[in-house]
Amino acid sequence: MQPEFETTIQVLKKNFKAQVSEFRGDVRVNLPAESIVPAGKMLRDELGFNLLSTMTAVDYWPEQKPRFDVLYQFTSVTHILSLSVLVQVPGINPSLPTISGVFKNAIWRERELWDMFGIKFEGHPDLRRILMPADWEGHPLRKDYPLGYEEPHFTFNFEEIDLRKPYAKE
Amino acid sequence: MTQLQEVSVDDIKHLVSERAIQGETVLLNMGPQHPSTHGVLRLLLELDGETVVNCIPDIGFLHTGIEKNMESKTYEKANVMTDRLDYLNTVGNNLAYSMAVEKLVELDVPDRAQSIRVILAELQRIASHLIWLGTTGLDVAAMSTFLYCFRERESILDILELCSGQRMMTTFIRPGGLWRDVPVEFEAAVREFIKIFPRRVDEYEALLSRNPLFLDRTFGIGTVTAEEALNFGMTGPPLRASGVKWDLRKARPYSGYEQYDFEVPTRSEGDVYARYIVRIEELRQSLKIVEQALNKMPLGPVRSSDHKFVPPPRSEIGVNMEALIHHFKLWTEGYSTPKGSIYNAVESPRGELGVYLVSDGGPKPYRIHWRTPSFDNLQALPFMAKGVLVADLVAIIGSVDIVLGDVDR
Repeated sequence: MQPEFETTIQVLKKNFKAQVSEFRGDVRVNLPAESIVPAGKMLRDELGFNLLSTMTAVDYWPEQKPRFDVLYQFTSVTHILSLSVLVQVPGINPSLPTISGVFKNAIWRERELWDMFGIKFEGHPDLRRILMPADWEGHPLRKDYPLGYEEPHFTFNFEEIDLRKPYAKE
Repeated sequence: MTQLQEVSVDDIKHLVSERAIQGETVLLNMGPQHPSTHGVLRLLLELDGETVVNCIPDIGFLHTGIEKNMESKTYEKANVMTDRLDYLNTVGNNLAYSMAVEKLVELDVPDRAQSIRVILAELQRIASHLIWLGTTGLDVAAMSTFLYCFRERESILDILELCSGQRMMTTFIRPGGLWRDVPVEFEAAVREFIKIFPRRVDEYEALLSRNPLFLDRTFGIGTVTAEEALNFGMTGPPLRASGVKWDLRKARPYSGYEQYDFEVPTRSEGDVYARYIVRIEELRQSLKIVEQALNKMPLGPVRSSDHKFVPPPRSEIGVNMEALIHHFKLWTEGYSTPKGSIYNAVESPRGELGVYLVSDGGPKPYRIHWRTPSFDNLQALPFMAKGVLVADLVAIIGSVDIVLGDVDR
């Protein structure tokens, strides 16, 4: 592990129940769900991680407790460091406190997670679908959401497929 | 004739001001088929006369589900989809993806391949900036820049076609190296481009940089301070135009960028004009990198010799049984990767292009997330657009340089 990470890891371990691991040079910190907002604030204000690079989730269905891993990728522009923070979320009523009060770009990132994974963010100012249409059902990036396909038309079965094909409503 | 429809604004009530509900301000739809939104961006504008009170971006019109689709493809085949994300930075997307896979399976890339990767990525950056320059010129009514920019872009696309047979969707960079070595004409073509291009950049500058009409439309508009830019997650030229010297090629050098001598241009104003200057300067710096990389380009293989991950050369398949087995395994089952997850980021023309790759040990990515720079850069638009005129809003959208394929994925 790079020596620059020492202070960050120690502060996170002291204040929150942080577990640290490393894979291929990426430093990863596991945090309990309730401490993500204070941890984000501390990372930004005291430890110099002033850029939230990205937020994403991974679905480990059919696991239920926990089902989702939510990843926060923090970058420190001043110290040239990159830190992953992982939070685990259960499968029944998945929800997390919002970090959009600390990092503004989390507003869209959290909307994306709600849209794609159905993870609710408590206190989010504008939790609507962002990429899928507003009346879409289901959350596409979940593992129990099948990858759809469209039946190809050929001359011999054109009419047969045409009858059952769902076209956009007028 | 189309019928007028009543549209409910209930779900966006909290985003517009009280005056819009009372009918004092007008809600106007801009896009998704509007030439100055650079693709299929839809903006819902709340206007007081011609002043923007609120701007609500609506994205997702180009959502193609690439992240979901990639989960069903082997690592080698998923590479083809990366071109379709940010269609102006296809080589850069291949590079980000290939580097992520290489990091996961710990694959080494030969030096010659690294040099060619840098040359092509920088040429692609120039091509992308040229499109931005041309379309931004169009947005603020400078017609002729567009024509000149597309002339130079064409010669870059010719170089890409020379290497890969494709102008845009090249898939030339693969995990473990390149698809194949560049042809002999490559060096002469790039040298020709290096010779003519500096003069052409001066020409663009002569058209715009001190043009009073261009200055009127860009100076002091859409200002963002460094702190706000970081808080909005902006990266790339918009962040550097606000005075933060952050470029992943310098900060965390990859593909041998540490060998090349180049500057990271920054400005402190953070307005549309500053972003213009930063990108113009980046054109020159990228060309400098291309020239150095071309001079240093060593001879040797362009693909890793680890045939567990990289297909063996065609000539070996006929005579070597192991090569045939590897070939068969790679194109049917694909290769297995160790269990784990990594995050890898490169500097695309628009900012930090990151790949978060999760592997469950199988031959397909368990989950792949693309941290696309346009997504975060676009988020700052409502903030930048507060209180400006509609005509200035067009200039601001142009200056952020979004690619909707990059936003929606």
